[in-house]
Amino acid sequence: MATKVHMEALSPTMEEGQIVTWLKAEGDEITSGDVLAEIETDKATMELVARGSGVLRKVMLEEGATAPVGEVIAIIADPDEELELGGEGEAAAEGGDEEEAADASAESSQEAGEKVDAGKAEPAPEPEEKEVEEPSPSQDDRRIKASPLARRLAEEKGLSLARIQGSGPGGRIVKRDVEEAEAEPHREPAGEAASAPMPAVAAEGPEYQDVPLSQIRKTIAKRLVQSIGPVPHFFLTVDVDMSRVVEARKRINQALAPQGVKISFNDIVLKATAMALHRHPECNAHWGGDHVRRFNRVHLGVAVAIEDGLITPVVRDAHAKGLAHIAGEVRELASRAREKKLSPDEYTGSTFSVSNLGMFGIEEFTAVINPPEAGILAVGALEDRPVVVDGEVVVRPRMKITMSCDHRVIDGALGSQFLQTLTGILEEPLMALV
Amino acid sequence: MPQITYREALNQALAEEMERDETVFLMGEEVAEYDGAYKVSKGLLERFGSDRVVDSPISELGFAGLGVGAAMTGLRPVIEFMTFNFSILALDQVINSAAKLHYMSAGQFSVPMVFRGPTGAALQLSAQHSQACETWYVHSPGIKLVTPGTPADAKGLLKAAIRDDDPVAVMEGELLYNVKGEVPDPEEGDFIIPLGVADVKREGDHVSIITHGKMVHVALQAAGQLAKEGVDAEVVDLRSLRPLDVEAILRSVHKTNRAVYLEEGWPYVGIGAQIVALIQEEAFDYLDAPVLRVTQADIPMPYAKNLEKLAKPDAKRVVAACKRVLYQD
Repeated sequence: MATKVHMEALSPTMEEGQIVTWLKAEGDEITSGDVLAEIETDKATMELVARGSGVLRKVMLEEGATAPVGEVIAIIADPDEELELGGEGEAAAEGGDEEEAADASAESSQEAGEKVDAGKAEPAPEPEEKEVEEPSPSQDDRRIKASPLARRLAEEKGLSLARIQGSGPGGRIVKRDVEEAEAEPHREPAGEAASAPMPAVAAEGPEYQDVPLSQIRKTIAKRLVQSIGPVPHFFLTVDVDMSRVVEARKRINQALAPQGVKISFNDIVLKATAMALHRHPECNAHWGGDHVRRFNRVHLGVAVAIEDGLITPVVRDAHAKGLAHIAGEVRELASRAREKKLSPDEYTGSTFSVSNLGMFGIEEFTAVINPPEAGILAVGALEDRPVVVDGEVVVRPRMKITMSCDHRVIDGALGSQFLQTLTGILEEPLMALV
Repeated sequence: MPQITYREALNQALAEEMERDETVFLMGEEVAEYDGAYKVSKGLLERFGSDRVVDSPISELGFAGLGVGAAMTGLRPVIEFMTFNFSILALDQVINSAAKLHYMSAGQFSVPMVFRGPTGAALQLSAQHSQACETWYVHSPGIKLVTPGTPADAKGLLKAAIRDDDPVAVMEGELLYNVKGEVPDPEEGDFIIPLGVADVKREGDHVSIITHGKMVHVALQAAGQLAKEGVDAEVVDLRSLRPLDVEAILRSVHKTNRAVYLEEGWPYVGIGAQIVALIQEEAFDYLDAPVLRVTQADIPMPYAKNLEKLAKPDAKRVVAACKRVLYQD
């Protein structure tokens, strides 16, 4: 039976995709799960996986060409199977949605039929139901068929619907599927597990806590948005004495040299930020419209410049990781980010972000918040500057950090307290042990 | 507790209320000399006399209207329709008079009356005499409707209906009159079931079969079959269709996450359509499957015995619908 290969939504926001390379050619034998092509999405280069077996009979989109999500771009079929190609590409341009709509209407008319047609005692079997479809790992949850209850349970349990195999009609995810997925949390779709290192961190209570908005928070939110745009930023700058960090880093790197590990100032800033956020969950938060979501774990977004923009890969559970671990992970994520090889779950889900332009000699700057996060740190260059200490001008290594705060979530005093904690850790790294 | 028939339970309710309140009277075709077409009013003529147990001519619109007028001027009439099929002729009095006058007189008039009789299909009475009439009545605000499925509910709800200050339709079932069940002894005091309170006829965790009237028995039969297959079905008997016990419906759906509505009537804009709308509005996030309905086929009831059987909802179809919402088919 012929399988149409569609341009799939390989990132949550992808609307069209460009073929980077076809990894299979017309005439090649295909087994379900084979990688057919590399597709450039709006965020990264992703693999397109075959959802049927046979021979790649027809490729309809050349390398370099672009197609909207849903369009048929190739056909897999038996070697001698007759292909209906006349106008197929055109007709199937919106194939995904059309088929879904057709399925849905067939289903509902069948239901209606059963209700009205008393003569039909047994419900008609649904042929497609038994077929096991591989879920597309990066598909947006809103496009996945799931019962309302399953959707709610998955959200409550922090499970991604994209990772759950639906057992209901047409692959609908139902309650029992979510419960099974929860029972075996490590089941991941093939092909992705290897590329997404997710070090296990012992669960420590709930992932986050939703705090309903008080009236004053609602008023603050409304007024500020009227004033300054959808995310009302304000900025707090601290000038940090980095003397002890410089010293500590030297000693750490000396100690780690035999293992070939080297940590950067930015790694130390990330670690310190994660620790400070862990102590100030009010700042480690998302704006939810009618609530503020405070996270108990720190997933730190690290802005990385790439060829045509920037992306923020996420260091998960940064508060619980050692410096060497963070250093290695940031390096690895940044390098794959520049190659556009990040998978969507590696650049989504951050609770707070850090942007560092120090390497460009920028003394200080302000960064734009990545909604729904409530804050971002803009880290400037570490440089020797004259400062007054005990009435005398001396030279010290200094670094300016500017925090952009979403005023709906973080007030001035709150942001300042967080920065105090952060400065305390950076000016006396031993505080990290406290 | 004594076991009596549904017919006897209604008779007790009428007799007790007529005894208690002399403004209560019964009127309808054959209710007096013949003891009622289904013998519900047996012995009442002898006991209360021809002023209070009145045989009417075959003129539903006329005696329904007479009842409305009597209610407006201080009596509490119980108008018996030989079946609610015949009340279609009287709907102008029911919908345009009984249901409206309290509102249109700004509360100056109340219409404390009862319309009662059997609804739904019996056996081979053909298209005009086999209709479930609930929807025609509940569609209009201003009139209440109860549908007792058991002798106890029949007695308790009819007594509550007679005492209510609004018009109340009590829809019985021809096939229910001989059904026996436990009803509290009259010696132990008034037995009244308030309007608007549903009753869980069988507790279960896996799926809610929500229903009313005669179909309660079909639902229980289906639940029994499901139990043999390990499925624990809950049977919720609404008892009142207006006012509706919304809380009871939501409580059950919150527990089971799936529901099937079973009714005798047609699917199109039927009672089930209303209940499904309610469930999806109020309990969307608790649903693990679409709410299904099991109803009469969307056709006039056939006379032929084999076709009539196929057109009616039965336990087999309820079981199939339950399995479907449990994703077990």
